[in-house]
Amino acid sequence: MKTYKLIDMASVIRSKNSGPYELTFDVIFKTFEEYNFFKEHEPITPEVFAELYHIPVEDVIHVIYFDPAKAVKATIKRPIPSGTLGETDVYGAQQHAPLVRFTFDA
Amino acid sequence: MEEIRVLSPTAILGYGFPMESFQEGMKRKPHVIAVDAGSSDPGPYYLGAGISFTDRNSVKRDLEIMIPAAIEAGIPVIIGTSGGSGGTPHVAINREIIREIAEAKGLSFKYAEISSEFDKELVRKYFKDGKITPLAPAEELQEKDIDESVRIVAQMGEEPFMEALKGGAQVILAGRAYDPTVFSALAISKGYPKGLAIHMGKILECAAICALPGSGSDCMFGYLRKDHFELETLSPDRICTTLSIAAHTLYEKSNPYLLPGPGGRLNLHNTTFEQIAENRVRVAGTVFEPTDGYFVKLEGVRKVGYRTISCAAATDPIFISKIDEIVAAVKARVNNNFKDYGFSDYFLDFKVYGKGGAMGLFPKVEFETGSELLIIIEAVGATQQEADTICSFARSTMLHFGYEGRVSTAGNLALPFSPSDAHMGEVFEFNIYHLMEVEDPVSLFPITYKEFKNGKVN
Repeated sequence: MKTYKLIDMASVIRSKNSGPYELTFDVIFKTFEEYNFFKEHEPITPEVFAELYHIPVEDVIHVIYFDPAKAVKATIKRPIPSGTLGETDVYGAQQHAPLVRFTFDA
Repeated sequence: MEEIRVLSPTAILGYGFPMESFQEGMKRKPHVIAVDAGSSDPGPYYLGAGISFTDRNSVKRDLEIMIPAAIEAGIPVIIGTSGGSGGTPHVAINREIIREIAEAKGLSFKYAEISSEFDKELVRKYFKDGKITPLAPAEELQEKDIDESVRIVAQMGEEPFMEALKGGAQVILAGRAYDPTVFSALAISKGYPKGLAIHMGKILECAAICALPGSGSDCMFGYLRKDHFELETLSPDRICTTLSIAAHTLYEKSNPYLLPGPGGRLNLHNTTFEQIAENRVRVAGTVFEPTDGYFVKLEGVRKVGYRTISCAAATDPIFISKIDEIVAAVKARVNNNFKDYGFSDYFLDFKVYGKGGAMGLFPKVEFETGSELLIIIEAVGATQQEADTICSFARSTMLHFGYEGRVSTAGNLALPFSPSDAHMGEVFEFNIYHLMEVEDPVSLFPITYKEFKNGKVN
């Protein structure tokens, strides 16, 4: 058993709006080896993602692995639509920090 | 034709491009120059206010290069989502720029304009006929959403562009359009597979963002053939790889395998990416799956009031340690002060940077608190005056707030600006983000033609 840091395995960790009602998070791995290792152990599930952001699991629309880009993508319901009163990040481009800090044991 | 060649000069009209890359693109004899001029990403304000989020001078600079080059080469220029949001005032902004360019350069061409702003009554009719469904996770549409909306646009597919091309248009200026359509319309009209044409458009619409290093202000080139397409960078400083292209398919989309758009969706389950040269990637296998019925996406916004903000910083460690309770107490004081004065329906928010401010969408995510905080006080009221009053009162109350344990009795906030409060003007929110089933993908997007002769419209 060893603790892995996502930031050591990924070259891209980003968040962005997917339309005004959704936020989407992309993690692109450095190598296919790291991607396959992550995919096999699947440390990020909808439940884990919900816990990481303290949101209801029903708000996690999906977690999808995209082999051609060695990437995993999570898409969630935006807590509020983009630009609604209470907004803090209109483009949704700075909501990835919890993923940068994400670690898992495998 | 063996292939259709498409030049995408820039990610968004006005984001610019190097002349060298553009000339490289023109050397490859494109059949069309296409550009996406807008996005809903900058938020609801621009659609509501009828203002472009791109700068007029920057947009003019790009068009001043693209339009004469296309006319000289005898190929069309297609501009989608004009003026940033594609509403009637947004299209007018770009029309005026094109008129100025045509006049200054004495250009002759056939111009087509395709509008996509819908009249409320039209939307109401479709609503009553049960033709409008929410695009999850948006909620079910209510009639009051239509009443309250200030502007509704619909994303057109490639069909109105194909119609304008058939009409002989050399410069096509369109309202809100599905981003890939401006790149795919010509190819689809020539019988090329829709799945490949739209997928190529989906990548070209962000120009060199799909390259390494990525850039929103550099050109990309696409070659569409019957069974595949190729993408090529045009600057010697950039390459593209199977991964950079595949990764771009993820970008801003919910699901990389299924990409919905007007009339159907792209299915990428059998898509392959192949490296042809250092700056060239070949993509094959993407198919288009039409939906039963033709759906266009509606985007609408409603006005919620006026905003005033004040920016201030805090350095006192005692103040910082008590910031949550201070914010709550200041809010209570503001509320108490105006509750009998008729100011009850305002919005007051404190965005505390250095303590999870930017991640306020997820308030339970924990952050270390910084040793300095930036506090943005935001008030939204029914009028600018009401917003001013609430913001000003919240700012002065926080500046002099006597919290427990206070030692810095001269003032709690460092205000960087005088005046300290700034008008932000009108505030809008998205209230329509729905699918509307239409009988015909063309007729709801009327096309008007004009003939420019030596810079003058006949």
